[in-house]
Amino acid sequence: MTDTATEPSRRTSLKGSRGGEAGDRVFSGLALTAGIVILLVLAFVAVFLLIESLPALWPEAFSDQDTIESADTFWQYVWPLMAGTLIASIIAILLATPVAVGIALYISHYAPRSIATPVGYVIDLLAAIPSVVFGAWGMTVLAGAMVPIYAWLNEYLGWIPLFGGTPTTTGRTLLTSGVVLAVMILPIITSLCREIFLQTPKLHEEAALALGATRWEMVKMTVFPFARAGIVSSIMLGLGRALGETMAVTLVLSPGIFSWSLIQSGRNATIPSEIALNFPEAFGMRQSELIAAGLMLFIITLAVNMVARWIVSRHKEFSGAN
Amino acid sequence: MTISNDTAAPQRTSVPGGKKKNSLTAGQKPGWTWIAVLAGALVVAAGITALLGGGSFSWVGWLVIAAVLYVLGMYLATRVIENSRRATDGLWRNLVWAAFLLALIPLISVLWTVAANGLPTLLETPQLLWRDMQGVTGSDDIATQTEGAPLAGGFLHGLVGTLMITLLATIISVPIGLLTSIYLVEYGRGGWFSRAIVFFVDVMTGIPSIVAGLFAFAAVQLVITTFIGDGPRQLQMVKMGLSAAIALSVLMIPVVVRSTEEMLRVVPNELREASYALGVRKWRTIFKVVLPTAMSGIASGVTLSIARVTGETAPILVTAGYIATTNWNPFDGWMTALPVYIYRQLINPTAPAAADPSAERAWAAALVLIVIVMLLNLIARIVAKAFAPKKTGR
Repeated sequence: MTDTATEPSRRTSLKGSRGGEAGDRVFSGLALTAGIVILLVLAFVAVFLLIESLPALWPEAFSDQDTIESADTFWQYVWPLMAGTLIASIIAILLATPVAVGIALYISHYAPRSIATPVGYVIDLLAAIPSVVFGAWGMTVLAGAMVPIYAWLNEYLGWIPLFGGTPTTTGRTLLTSGVVLAVMILPIITSLCREIFLQTPKLHEEAALALGATRWEMVKMTVFPFARAGIVSSIMLGLGRALGETMAVTLVLSPGIFSWSLIQSGRNATIPSEIALNFPEAFGMRQSELIAAGLMLFIITLAVNMVARWIVSRHKEFSGAN
Repeated sequence: MTISNDTAAPQRTSVPGGKKKNSLTAGQKPGWTWIAVLAGALVVAAGITALLGGGSFSWVGWLVIAAVLYVLGMYLATRVIENSRRATDGLWRNLVWAAFLLALIPLISVLWTVAANGLPTLLETPQLLWRDMQGVTGSDDIATQTEGAPLAGGFLHGLVGTLMITLLATIISVPIGLLTSIYLVEYGRGGWFSRAIVFFVDVMTGIPSIVAGLFAFAAVQLVITTFIGDGPRQLQMVKMGLSAAIALSVLMIPVVVRSTEEMLRVVPNELREASYALGVRKWRTIFKVVLPTAMSGIASGVTLSIARVTGETAPILVTAGYIATTNWNPFDGWMTALPVYIYRQLINPTAPAAADPSAERAWAAALVLIVIVMLLNLIARIVAKAFAPKKTGR
């Protein structure tokens, strides 16, 4: 009974020291708002792009024209660009993955620690170089160096459609763009793979070695099975980066109509390079077309990234590594 | 059981002929094998290159063929002298090394190209650093190329543009990123909403930079046409430093969130609990205890994210326009960023008939850009190392 009598006074005295209650509420509200803002931004990216690209997607309803400017329908305009984007990215993935996995293995399981750390720095250095510099390098150095290789490919493997046609004399082709992209996504795949390889349970590795396995057999039996999902997702993240990479392709490629031949100049284009080349001077319907192309790119990369993240998160739950 | 017997056996075998040999190294290839194989590979490769190349001898071809022959030769030698398992092991070891060396080639080539093209220009005409392109016309470049006149123009406007746009992007994204990560670590506690944020922040990391630029452009255009008007002058207003800063923020926020989140999670829980036990409010605990402890990591993460967006070209290209004069005001008028300057000078030279001076300016700018980005990376590493909190005893 006496408790109830003293309770109110105690409450007020505690309340008196509760000067920061407002601060607490404001601050947690602010933090929550910031989180909501991020989700809103992502939603707005999709919504704004959609609104601005409606005239190109459906010209009869949302503009005073019957067709878009560059082709009869939007799909006719965008599919060669999508094909070019996909081909360049796939070339990049094919070239970069083996090298990246190799380097990741080198850092995690082959090199001594005194070498592995600097090598990690070197790979980070590669990631830090701005894309426009890679583009300038691809345009001036790599393109020239690739010309004899293209001539050779055309002479001996010309019966494959990919290497058919008249080989380039400038080297500014989709294949060169793919090589530059490969160099650019190399550090991404490498650092992701390295992290996963390092998570391999030490006991598995030591058990394999204790059974007399050579180092390669140990890698094959313990590291790869453990890291398979991680490798796949890091490749997909690299693919996402390659799909959206703009400047390297824009500077290297001399664009044109779609062609299966990868070694001709003035053929193929990618969505980002098409936007970068034409957007600064575009207005009206042309602008809508380019924004709609950007929307397609956004959807593709979003799908690729979500699948990759989903694989990572699923992997995390079952691996027991964390 | 059988395995242990097999592996133990070679140690006891004495070499016939009475010659004493270390039993531990029996059955292994001698230490000089790789030298012999390497020498053989180099000689044979030289022969093949000379035969294939006809008159001209290709150094690159020689080295490539020698590398392939060396790897194959080592495999065969190990297979003959030792066994196929060791041979496979050695083969993969060599391939892993080859992957590493292969990745060094483009890195060295890029850095060398930029330094070799940019450094002489920059040393010869350091005025590039404090002049813009105002009044520079094609005839200046033609004079430079044909009569050897000094290089005109510069990229001060690019430096200013990059500085202002990046600064504005940092001002927008650091508070949002910081608060979001605080929500994730201190308030969200793994609920569905914080998991959704983590997932979408990860997805946001993968947004192509040019799409971020298009988004900022579309958003600003929508706002301006709705609230100000859609005349040609208003449409011109869409391209400004602020639009570019919004585009860069979209790229920057996820990087800030992820790095800050990681740093906040490292802060030991005992510190928070000690603060709560003293009756300190949660928001004051976060401000006075958690953030100061994680400050070095947060600062380094923010610096890294700045370094990342400094090199971005595409989003600025579609949002900020391109002008020749220095513009300090990111809220009005077009701006030129350094990467866009490099791109424009390479793609549309000031004098189409004389592209060399433009290329020289572009390479000098590229060198400056790389130096800036590398310095930011270096600062981030130093900050992270020098001010790192001491590890807890656990």
